[in-house]
Amino acid sequence: MQYALLIYHMPGALEALSAEEREKVSQEYWALRGEPEVTGGVALHPVETATTVRNQDGKTLVTDGPFADTKEIFGGFYLLEAENLDEATKIAARVPAVRLGGSVEIRPVRTRP
Amino acid sequence: MLAALISYFGDFDLAEEAAAEAFATAAQRWPSDGVPDNPAAWLVTTARHRAIDRLRRDRVLAGKLRLLAATETTHWDDDVDDTAIPDERLELIFTCCHPALATEAQVALTLRAVAGLTNDEIARAFLVSGETMKRRLTRAKTKISTAGIPFSVPPPDVLPERLAAVLAVVYLIFNEGYDRAPELAAEAIRLGRVLAALLRDESEVSGLLALMLLHEARRAARFDGQDLVLLQDQDRSKWSWPDIEEGRAILDRLDLDRSSTGPYVIQAAIAALQTEERLDWPRISALYTALADLTGSPVIRLNSAVAIAEADGPAVALAVVDRLDLPDYQYWHSTRAELLRRLGRADEARAAYREALARARTEPERRFLEGRIANF
Repeated sequence: MQYALLIYHMPGALEALSAEEREKVSQEYWALRGEPEVTGGVALHPVETATTVRNQDGKTLVTDGPFADTKEIFGGFYLLEAENLDEATKIAARVPAVRLGGSVEIRPVRTRP
Repeated sequence: MLAALISYFGDFDLAEEAAAEAFATAAQRWPSDGVPDNPAAWLVTTARHRAIDRLRRDRVLAGKLRLLAATETTHWDDDVDDTAIPDERLELIFTCCHPALATEAQVALTLRAVAGLTNDEIARAFLVSGETMKRRLTRAKTKISTAGIPFSVPPPDVLPERLAAVLAVVYLIFNEGYDRAPELAAEAIRLGRVLAALLRDESEVSGLLALMLLHEARRAARFDGQDLVLLQDQDRSKWSWPDIEEGRAILDRLDLDRSSTGPYVIQAAIAALQTEERLDWPRISALYTALADLTGSPVIRLNSAVAIAEADGPAVALAVVDRLDLPDYQYWHSTRAELLRRLGRADEARAAYREALARARTEPERRFLEGRIANF
Protein backbone atom coordinates (compact mmCIF):
# COMPACT_ATOMS: atom_id res chain seq x y z
CA MET A 1 0.00 0.00 0.00
CA GLN A 2 1.16 3.52 -0.71
CA TYR A 3 1.12 6.09 2.07
CA ALA A 4 1.93 9.78 2.30
CA LEU A 5 3.65 10.95 5.48
CA LEU A 6 2.76 14.63 5.94
CA ILE A 7 5.31 16.28 8.21
CA TYR A 8 4.30 19.08 10.58
CA HIS A 9 6.88 21.04 12.55
CA MET A 10 6.42 22.75 15.89
CA PRO A 11 7.22 26.43 15.27
CA GLY A 12 10.66 27.36 16.54
CA ALA A 13 11.68 23.76 17.16
CA LEU A 14 14.49 23.70 14.60
CA GLU A 15 15.59 27.24 15.42
CA ALA A 16 16.03 26.24 19.06
CA LEU A 17 18.67 23.68 18.09
CA SER A 18 22.37 24.38 17.69
CA ALA A 19 23.76 24.46 14.17
CA GLU A 20 25.36 21.09 14.83
CA GLU A 21 22.09 19.53 16.02
CA ARG A 22 20.23 21.04 13.03
CA GLU A 23 22.76 19.43 10.70
CA LYS A 24 22.28 16.08 12.42
CA VAL A 25 18.48 16.37 12.04
CA SER A 26 18.87 17.23 8.37
CA GLN A 27 20.98 14.12 7.86
CA GLU A 28 18.28 12.00 9.54
CA TYR A 29 15.72 13.33 7.08
CA TRP A 30 17.95 12.48 4.13
CA ALA A 31 18.69 9.04 5.58
CA LEU A 32 14.96 8.31 5.81
CA ARG A 33 14.56 9.47 2.23
CA GLY A 34 17.09 6.81 1.29
CA GLU A 35 15.28 3.90 2.98
CA PRO A 36 14.02 1.26 0.52
CA GLU A 37 10.36 1.72 1.53
CA VAL A 38 10.51 5.48 0.92
CA THR A 39 9.71 6.04 -2.75
CA GLY A 40 9.48 9.80 -2.79
CA GLY A 41 9.45 12.95 -0.76
CA VAL A 42 10.25 16.61 -0.63
CA ALA A 43 11.29 19.12 1.99
CA LEU A 44 9.68 22.54 1.67
CA HIS A 45 11.22 25.97 2.20
CA PRO A 46 10.03 27.79 5.34
CA VAL A 47 6.50 29.10 5.62
CA GLU A 48 7.66 32.69 5.06
CA THR A 49 8.24 31.75 1.42
CA ALA A 50 4.68 30.48 0.92
CA THR A 51 2.04 32.04 -1.30
CA THR A 52 -1.64 31.16 -1.24
CA VAL A 53 -4.08 31.24 -4.15
CA ARG A 54 -7.79 31.24 -3.47
CA ASN A 55 -11.04 32.43 -4.98
CA GLN A 56 -12.79 35.50 -3.59
CA ASP A 57 -15.94 36.96 -5.15
CA GLY A 58 -15.27 35.06 -8.36
CA LYS A 59 -11.74 36.42 -8.72
CA THR A 60 -8.43 34.71 -8.13
CA LEU A 61 -6.78 36.14 -5.05
CA VAL A 62 -3.05 35.81 -4.40
CA THR A 63 -1.76 36.47 -0.90
CA ASP A 64 1.39 36.10 1.13
CA GLY A 65 1.65 33.24 3.64
CA PRO A 66 0.47 29.65 4.11
CA PHE A 67 -3.12 28.46 3.74
CA ALA A 68 -3.51 26.99 7.20
CA ASP A 69 -3.52 29.35 10.12
CA THR A 70 -2.44 26.57 12.41
CA LYS A 71 0.21 26.43 15.06
CA GLU A 72 2.08 23.59 13.39
CA ILE A 73 3.79 24.24 10.06
CA PHE A 74 3.62 21.87 7.11
CA GLY A 75 7.21 21.13 6.20
CA GLY A 76 7.18 18.45 3.54
CA PHE A 77 6.28 14.82 2.97
CA TYR A 78 7.50 11.33 2.23
CA LEU A 79 5.87 8.77 -0.03
CA LEU A 80 6.29 5.22 1.08
CA GLU A 81 5.34 1.66 0.27
CA ALA A 82 4.31 -0.38 3.30
CA GLU A 83 2.51 -3.64 3.98
CA ASN A 84 -0.04 -1.98 6.29
CA LEU A 85 -0.64 0.95 8.61
CA ASP A 86 1.47 -0.51 11.43
CA GLU A 87 4.52 -0.75 9.15
CA ALA A 88 3.96 2.81 7.92
CA THR A 89 3.64 3.95 11.54
CA LYS A 90 7.04 2.46 12.40
CA ILE A 91 8.67 4.65 9.75
CA ALA A 92 6.59 7.71 10.64
CA ALA A 93 7.76 7.43 14.26
CA ARG A 94 11.35 7.88 13.07
CA VAL A 95 10.67 11.25 11.43
CA PRO A 96 12.64 13.82 13.48
CA ALA A 97 9.71 16.24 13.63
CA VAL A 98 7.90 13.80 15.95
CA ARG A 99 10.47 13.93 18.76
CA LEU A 100 10.86 17.70 18.26
CA GLY A 101 7.27 18.50 19.25
CA GLY A 102 5.74 18.22 15.78
CA SER A 103 3.68 15.45 14.23
CA VAL A 104 3.33 13.26 11.17
CA GLU A 105 0.01 12.57 9.50
CA ILE A 106 -0.23 9.22 7.70
CA ARG A 107 -2.68 9.15 4.81
CA PRO A 108 -3.24 6.36 2.32
CA VAL A 109 -2.64 7.43 -1.26
CA ARG A 110 -5.36 7.03 -3.88
CA THR A 111 -4.39 4.76 -6.70
CA ARG A 112 -5.68 5.26 -10.19
CA PRO A 113 -8.50 2.77 -10.96
CA MET B 1 -16.40 -18.43 12.37
CA LEU B 2 -17.16 -14.84 11.41
CA ALA B 3 -13.84 -13.81 12.92
CA ALA B 4 -12.02 -16.32 10.75
CA LEU B 5 -13.67 -15.00 7.60
CA ILE B 6 -13.14 -11.34 8.45
CA SER B 7 -9.51 -12.06 9.18
CA TYR B 8 -9.09 -14.00 5.92
CA PHE B 9 -10.73 -11.44 3.67
CA GLY B 10 -9.94 -8.26 5.58
CA ASP B 11 -13.47 -7.09 4.82
CA PHE B 12 -16.35 -7.10 7.32
CA ASP B 13 -19.23 -6.82 4.86
CA LEU B 14 -17.93 -9.48 2.48
CA ALA B 15 -17.42 -11.87 5.38
CA GLU B 16 -20.90 -11.27 6.78
CA GLU B 17 -22.61 -11.83 3.42
CA ALA B 18 -20.59 -14.95 2.68
CA ALA B 19 -21.30 -16.37 6.13
CA ALA B 20 -25.04 -15.74 5.74
CA GLU B 21 -25.06 -17.51 2.37
CA ALA B 22 -23.14 -20.46 3.78
CA PHE B 23 -25.62 -20.84 6.65
CA ALA B 24 -28.52 -20.64 4.18
CA THR B 25 -26.95 -23.36 2.03
CA ALA B 26 -26.37 -25.54 5.09
CA ALA B 27 -30.02 -25.12 6.12
CA GLN B 28 -31.05 -26.28 2.67
CA ARG B 29 -28.63 -29.19 2.22
CA TRP B 30 -27.91 -30.73 5.61
CA PRO B 31 -31.43 -32.07 6.31
CA SER B 32 -31.19 -34.21 3.17
CA ASP B 33 -27.40 -34.73 2.77
CA GLY B 34 -26.64 -35.13 6.45
CA VAL B 35 -24.45 -32.94 8.67
CA PRO B 36 -20.74 -33.00 7.66
CA ASP B 37 -18.13 -34.47 10.03
CA ASN B 38 -16.65 -31.03 10.68
CA PRO B 39 -19.54 -28.57 10.32
CA ALA B 40 -17.43 -25.51 11.16
CA ALA B 41 -14.87 -26.35 8.50
CA TRP B 42 -17.62 -26.97 5.94
CA LEU B 43 -19.24 -23.62 6.69
CA VAL B 44 -15.99 -21.68 6.48
CA THR B 45 -14.92 -23.42 3.26
CA THR B 46 -18.31 -22.85 1.68
CA ALA B 47 -18.35 -19.21 2.73
CA ARG B 48 -14.85 -18.75 1.41
CA HIS B 49 -15.78 -20.20 -1.99
CA ARG B 50 -18.89 -18.00 -2.18
CA ALA B 51 -16.82 -14.93 -1.39
CA ILE B 52 -14.11 -15.83 -3.90
CA ASP B 53 -16.78 -16.19 -6.59
CA ARG B 54 -18.14 -12.77 -5.74
CA LEU B 55 -14.69 -11.22 -5.80
CA ARG B 56 -13.97 -12.70 -9.22
CA ARG B 57 -17.15 -11.10 -10.55
CA ASP B 58 -16.43 -7.73 -9.00
CA ARG B 59 -13.56 -5.81 -10.61
CA VAL B 60 -13.58 -3.08 -7.98
CA LEU B 61 -12.31 -5.59 -5.42
CA ALA B 62 -9.55 -6.83 -7.75
CA GLY B 63 -6.99 -5.72 -5.26
CA LYS B 64 -8.34 -8.13 -2.68
CA LEU B 65 -8.03 -10.97 -5.18
CA ARG B 66 -4.31 -10.30 -5.33
CA LEU B 67 -4.26 -10.64 -1.57
CA LEU B 68 -6.15 -13.94 -1.79
CA ALA B 69 -3.81 -15.27 -4.46
CA ALA B 70 -0.89 -14.66 -2.15
CA THR B 71 -2.55 -16.65 0.64
CA GLU B 72 -3.98 -19.48 -1.49
CA THR B 73 -0.90 -21.57 -0.89
CA THR B 74 -1.70 -21.96 2.84
CA HIS B 75 -3.70 -25.10 3.50
CA TRP B 76 -6.75 -23.28 4.80
CA ASP B 77 -8.94 -26.39 5.06
CA ASP B 78 -6.40 -28.16 7.27
CA ASP B 79 -6.21 -25.19 9.59
CA VAL B 80 -9.92 -24.86 10.29
CA ASP B 81 -10.02 -26.51 13.67
CA ASP B 82 -10.63 -25.33 17.20
CA THR B 83 -7.17 -23.89 17.72
CA ALA B 84 -7.15 -21.76 14.55
CA ILE B 85 -10.45 -20.03 15.28
CA PRO B 86 -9.38 -18.50 18.65
CA ASP B 87 -6.40 -16.80 16.98
CA GLU B 88 -8.75 -15.14 14.50
CA ARG B 89 -10.96 -13.95 17.34
CA LEU B 90 -7.95 -12.38 19.00
CA GLU B 91 -6.90 -10.73 15.72
CA LEU B 92 -10.41 -9.36 15.36
CA ILE B 93 -10.44 -7.88 18.86
CA PHE B 94 -7.07 -6.19 18.39
CA THR B 95 -8.17 -4.86 14.99
CA CYS B 96 -11.41 -3.42 16.39
CA CYS B 97 -9.41 -1.69 19.14
CA HIS B 98 -6.63 -0.35 16.92
CA PRO B 99 -5.39 3.08 18.08
CA ALA B 100 -5.90 4.53 14.58
CA LEU B 101 -9.66 4.24 15.17
CA ALA B 102 -11.51 6.79 17.29
CA THR B 103 -12.43 5.42 20.73
CA GLU B 104 -16.16 5.50 20.05
CA ALA B 105 -15.50 3.62 16.81
CA GLN B 106 -13.46 1.01 18.71
CA VAL B 107 -16.31 0.52 21.16
CA ALA B 108 -18.98 0.26 18.43
CA LEU B 109 -16.92 -2.07 16.26
CA THR B 110 -16.04 -4.35 19.19
CA LEU B 111 -19.69 -4.63 20.17
CA ARG B 112 -20.74 -5.27 16.55
CA ALA B 113 -18.05 -7.62 15.30
CA VAL B 114 -16.85 -9.33 18.49
CA ALA B 115 -19.90 -9.31 20.75
CA GLY B 116 -22.32 -9.67 17.84
CA LEU B 117 -24.78 -6.99 18.92
CA THR B 118 -26.94 -5.54 16.15
CA ASN B 119 -26.55 -1.98 14.97
CA ASP B 120 -29.82 -1.00 16.67
CA GLU B 121 -28.90 -2.68 19.96
CA ILE B 122 -25.64 -0.71 20.10
CA ALA B 123 -27.37 2.53 19.10
CA ARG B 124 -29.94 2.09 21.88
CA ALA B 125 -27.27 1.33 24.45
CA PHE B 126 -25.35 4.52 23.59
CA LEU B 127 -28.45 6.66 23.17
CA VAL B 128 -27.88 7.58 19.52
CA SER B 129 -30.02 6.96 16.45
CA GLY B 130 -29.62 3.81 14.39
CA GLU B 131 -28.50 5.95 11.45
CA THR B 132 -25.77 7.61 13.52
CA MET B 133 -24.44 4.27 14.71
CA LYS B 134 -24.60 2.83 11.18
CA ARG B 135 -22.52 5.77 9.91
CA ARG B 136 -20.04 5.35 12.76
CA LEU B 137 -19.58 1.66 11.98
CA THR B 138 -19.30 2.26 8.24
CA ARG B 139 -16.68 4.96 8.74
CA ALA B 140 -14.70 2.65 11.00
CA LYS B 141 -14.79 -0.23 8.52
CA THR B 142 -13.81 2.11 5.69
CA LYS B 143 -10.90 3.42 7.74
CA ILE B 144 -9.71 -0.14 8.38
CA SER B 145 -9.67 -1.05 4.69
CA THR B 146 -8.56 2.27 3.20
CA ALA B 147 -5.81 3.01 5.70
CA GLY B 148 -4.64 -0.59 5.79
CA ILE B 149 -5.18 -1.37 9.46
CA PRO B 150 -3.84 -4.93 9.65
CA PHE B 151 -5.73 -7.98 10.94
CA SER B 152 -3.10 -9.29 13.28
CA VAL B 153 -2.22 -9.83 16.89
CA PRO B 154 0.39 -7.14 17.64
CA PRO B 155 4.03 -8.22 17.94
CA PRO B 156 5.52 -8.62 21.45
CA ASP B 157 7.19 -5.19 21.50
CA VAL B 158 3.87 -3.32 21.26
CA LEU B 159 1.53 -5.96 22.69
CA PRO B 160 1.38 -4.49 26.23
CA GLU B 161 0.13 -1.08 25.11
CA ARG B 162 -2.21 -2.56 22.49
CA LEU B 163 -3.64 -4.95 25.07
CA ALA B 164 -4.11 -2.03 27.44
CA ALA B 165 -6.18 -0.35 24.71
CA VAL B 166 -8.36 -3.45 24.30
CA LEU B 167 -8.92 -3.71 28.05
CA ALA B 168 -9.74 0.00 28.17
CA VAL B 169 -12.46 -0.51 25.55
CA VAL B 170 -13.95 -3.45 27.43
CA TYR B 171 -13.87 -1.52 30.72
CA LEU B 172 -15.42 1.50 29.00
CA ILE B 173 -18.30 -0.69 27.78
CA PHE B 174 -18.69 -2.06 31.30
CA ASN B 175 -18.76 1.40 32.90
CA GLU B 176 -21.21 2.64 30.29
CA GLY B 177 -23.50 -0.17 31.28
CA TYR B 178 -22.84 -0.09 34.99
CA ASP B 179 -25.63 2.24 36.05
CA ARG B 180 -27.68 2.59 32.91
CA ALA B 181 -27.63 -0.48 30.71
CA PRO B 182 -27.18 -3.90 32.34
CA GLU B 183 -27.01 -5.60 28.95
CA LEU B 184 -23.82 -3.64 28.15
CA ALA B 185 -22.21 -4.63 31.44
CA ALA B 186 -23.08 -8.25 30.65
CA GLU B 187 -21.50 -7.92 27.17
CA ALA B 188 -18.34 -6.46 28.69
CA ILE B 189 -18.08 -9.41 31.07
CA ARG B 190 -18.66 -11.80 28.17
CA LEU B 191 -15.87 -10.07 26.22
CA GLY B 192 -13.69 -10.29 29.32
CA ARG B 193 -14.26 -14.04 29.47
CA VAL B 194 -13.32 -14.46 25.80
CA LEU B 195 -10.12 -12.46 26.34
CA ALA B 196 -9.24 -14.34 29.53
CA ALA B 197 -9.66 -17.65 27.71
CA LEU B 198 -7.53 -16.51 24.77
CA LEU B 199 -4.82 -14.81 26.84
CA ARG B 200 -4.41 -17.04 29.87
CA ASP B 201 -0.92 -15.73 30.65
CA GLU B 202 -1.89 -12.06 30.82
CA SER B 203 -2.75 -11.28 34.44
CA GLU B 204 -4.30 -7.90 33.63
CA VAL B 205 -6.91 -9.61 31.44
CA SER B 206 -7.94 -11.89 34.30
CA GLY B 207 -7.73 -8.92 36.65
CA LEU B 208 -10.22 -6.94 34.57
CA LEU B 209 -12.63 -9.87 34.42
CA ALA B 210 -12.44 -10.31 38.19
CA LEU B 211 -12.95 -6.56 38.69
CA MET B 212 -16.04 -6.48 36.49
CA LEU B 213 -17.55 -9.56 38.17
CA LEU B 214 -16.99 -8.11 41.64
CA HIS B 215 -18.57 -4.77 40.66
CA GLU B 216 -21.48 -6.38 38.82
CA ALA B 217 -22.17 -8.61 41.83
CA ARG B 218 -23.30 -5.55 43.80
CA ARG B 219 -25.73 -4.22 41.18
CA ALA B 220 -28.93 -5.17 42.97
CA ALA B 221 -27.80 -3.57 46.24
CA ARG B 222 -26.56 -0.24 44.85
CA PHE B 223 -29.93 1.45 44.72
CA ASP B 224 -32.87 1.61 47.05
CA GLY B 225 -35.50 2.87 44.64
CA GLN B 226 -34.09 6.18 43.46
CA ASP B 227 -31.59 6.42 46.28
CA LEU B 228 -27.90 5.59 46.10
CA VAL B 229 -26.73 3.15 48.77
CA LEU B 230 -23.12 3.41 49.90
CA LEU B 231 -20.99 0.28 50.01
CA GLN B 232 -20.94 0.06 53.79
CA ASP B 233 -24.75 0.31 53.95
CA GLN B 234 -25.53 -2.24 51.26
CA ASP B 235 -27.63 -5.31 51.90
CA ARG B 236 -25.08 -8.08 51.35
CA SER B 237 -27.80 -10.63 50.78
CA LYS B 238 -28.65 -8.78 47.57
CA TRP B 239 -25.15 -9.33 46.19
CA SER B 240 -24.62 -12.00 43.58
CA TRP B 241 -22.41 -14.41 45.51
CA PRO B 242 -21.61 -16.67 42.52
CA ASP B 243 -20.07 -13.62 40.80
CA ILE B 244 -18.14 -12.69 43.93
CA GLU B 245 -16.86 -16.26 44.35
CA GLU B 246 -15.79 -16.32 40.73
CA GLY B 247 -13.99 -12.97 41.06
CA ARG B 248 -12.21 -14.14 44.21
CA ALA B 249 -11.26 -17.45 42.58
CA ILE B 250 -9.70 -15.65 39.61
CA LEU B 251 -7.58 -13.55 41.97
CA ASP B 252 -6.53 -16.61 43.95
CA ARG B 253 -5.34 -18.29 40.77
CA LEU B 254 -3.18 -15.30 39.80
CA ASP B 255 0.41 -15.28 40.98
CA LEU B 256 0.34 -11.87 42.64
CA ASP B 257 4.03 -11.12 42.31
CA ARG B 258 4.10 -7.52 43.52
CA SER B 259 6.52 -6.24 40.90
CA SER B 260 4.35 -7.32 37.97
CA THR B 261 0.93 -6.43 39.38
CA GLY B 262 -0.99 -4.10 37.11
CA PRO B 263 -3.84 -1.66 37.74
CA TYR B 264 -6.73 -4.00 36.95
CA VAL B 265 -5.41 -6.71 39.24
CA ILE B 266 -4.97 -4.20 42.07
CA GLN B 267 -8.46 -2.77 41.55
CA ALA B 268 -9.88 -6.29 41.55
CA ALA B 269 -8.01 -7.09 44.77
CA ILE B 270 -9.50 -3.96 46.36
CA ALA B 271 -12.99 -4.91 45.17
CA ALA B 272 -12.54 -8.41 46.62
CA LEU B 273 -11.47 -7.00 49.99
CA GLN B 274 -14.55 -4.79 49.94
CA THR B 275 -16.80 -7.87 49.84
CA GLU B 276 -15.59 -9.16 53.19
CA GLU B 277 -17.69 -9.02 56.34
CA ARG B 278 -15.19 -6.84 58.20
CA LEU B 279 -13.25 -4.50 55.92
CA ASP B 280 -9.46 -4.67 56.24
CA TRP B 281 -8.91 -0.93 55.80
CA PRO B 282 -5.14 -0.92 56.23
CA ARG B 283 -4.82 -3.49 53.42
CA ILE B 284 -7.36 -1.66 51.24
CA SER B 285 -5.59 1.62 51.91
CA ALA B 286 -2.20 0.13 51.00
CA LEU B 287 -3.58 -1.24 47.72
CA TYR B 288 -5.20 2.08 46.80
CA THR B 289 -1.92 3.89 47.50
CA ALA B 290 -0.03 1.38 45.35
CA LEU B 291 -2.56 1.92 42.58
CA ALA B 292 -2.25 5.71 42.84
CA ASP B 293 1.55 5.47 42.74
CA LEU B 294 1.42 3.10 39.75
CA THR B 295 -0.99 5.16 37.65
CA GLY B 296 -0.20 8.69 38.84
CA SER B 297 -3.93 9.31 38.55
CA PRO B 298 -5.29 12.10 40.78
CA VAL B 299 -8.72 10.47 40.73
CA ILE B 300 -7.28 7.25 42.10
CA ARG B 301 -5.30 9.27 44.65
CA LEU B 302 -8.66 10.75 45.68
CA ASN B 303 -10.16 7.28 46.07
CA SER B 304 -7.15 6.24 48.13
CA ALA B 305 -7.93 9.07 50.54
CA VAL B 306 -11.31 7.51 51.30
CA ALA B 307 -9.56 4.31 52.39
CA ILE B 308 -6.83 6.25 54.22
CA ALA B 309 -9.56 8.01 56.21
CA GLU B 310 -10.79 4.63 57.46
CA ALA B 311 -7.30 3.33 58.22
CA ASP B 312 -5.54 6.45 59.52
CA GLY B 313 -8.29 8.98 60.26
CA PRO B 314 -9.87 11.92 58.39
CA ALA B 315 -7.11 14.48 59.08
CA VAL B 316 -4.44 12.43 57.27
CA ALA B 317 -6.89 11.78 54.43
CA LEU B 318 -7.84 15.46 54.10
CA ALA B 319 -4.16 16.36 53.69
CA VAL B 320 -3.97 13.95 50.75
CA VAL B 321 -7.16 15.36 49.20
CA ASP B 322 -6.12 19.00 49.54
CA ARG B 323 -2.88 18.33 47.66
CA LEU B 324 -4.91 17.37 44.58
CA ASP B 325 -5.92 19.78 41.81
CA LEU B 326 -9.41 18.64 40.76
CA PRO B 327 -11.61 21.75 41.09
CA ASP B 328 -14.16 20.58 38.51
CA TYR B 329 -14.45 17.05 39.80
CA GLN B 330 -17.67 16.41 41.70
CA TYR B 331 -16.21 13.68 43.88
CA TRP B 332 -13.24 15.81 44.99
CA HIS B 333 -15.72 18.19 46.56
CA SER B 334 -17.91 15.46 48.03
CA THR B 335 -14.91 13.62 49.48
CA ARG B 336 -13.59 16.85 51.06
CA ALA B 337 -17.07 17.50 52.40
CA GLU B 338 -17.29 14.10 54.04
CA LEU B 339 -13.85 14.43 55.64
CA LEU B 340 -14.57 17.96 56.87
CA ARG B 341 -17.84 16.70 58.32
CA ARG B 342 -16.02 13.99 60.25
CA LEU B 343 -13.54 16.57 61.54
CA GLY B 344 -16.43 18.65 62.89
CA ARG B 345 -15.79 21.55 60.48
CA ALA B 346 -19.49 21.94 59.65
CA ASP B 347 -19.51 25.23 57.71
CA GLU B 348 -16.68 24.15 55.40
CA ALA B 349 -18.32 20.75 54.97
CA ARG B 350 -21.62 22.29 53.96
CA ALA B 351 -19.88 24.57 51.44
CA ALA B 352 -18.06 21.62 49.94
CA TYR B 353 -21.27 19.57 49.66
CA ARG B 354 -22.83 22.49 47.77
CA GLU B 355 -19.90 22.55 45.35
CA ALA B 356 -20.41 18.82 44.78
CA LEU B 357 -24.16 19.27 44.32
CA ALA B 358 -23.56 21.93 41.66
CA ARG B 359 -21.60 19.35 39.68
CA ALA B 360 -23.77 16.28 40.29
CA ARG B 361 -24.99 14.59 37.12
CA THR B 362 -27.58 12.04 38.19
CA GLU B 363 -30.76 12.26 40.25
CA PRO B 364 -29.70 9.67 42.87
CA GLU B 365 -26.43 11.53 43.43
CA ARG B 366 -28.26 14.86 43.76
CA ARG B 367 -30.69 13.41 46.28
CA PHE B 368 -27.82 11.89 48.27
CA LEU B 369 -25.95 15.21 48.45
CA GLU B 370 -29.09 17.20 49.25
CA GLY B 371 -29.74 14.72 52.05
CA ARG B 372 -26.24 15.27 53.41
CA ILE B 373 -26.66 19.07 53.40
CA ALA B 374 -30.05 18.84 55.09
CA ASN B 375 -28.68 16.65 57.85
CA PHE B 376 -26.46 19.34 59.36
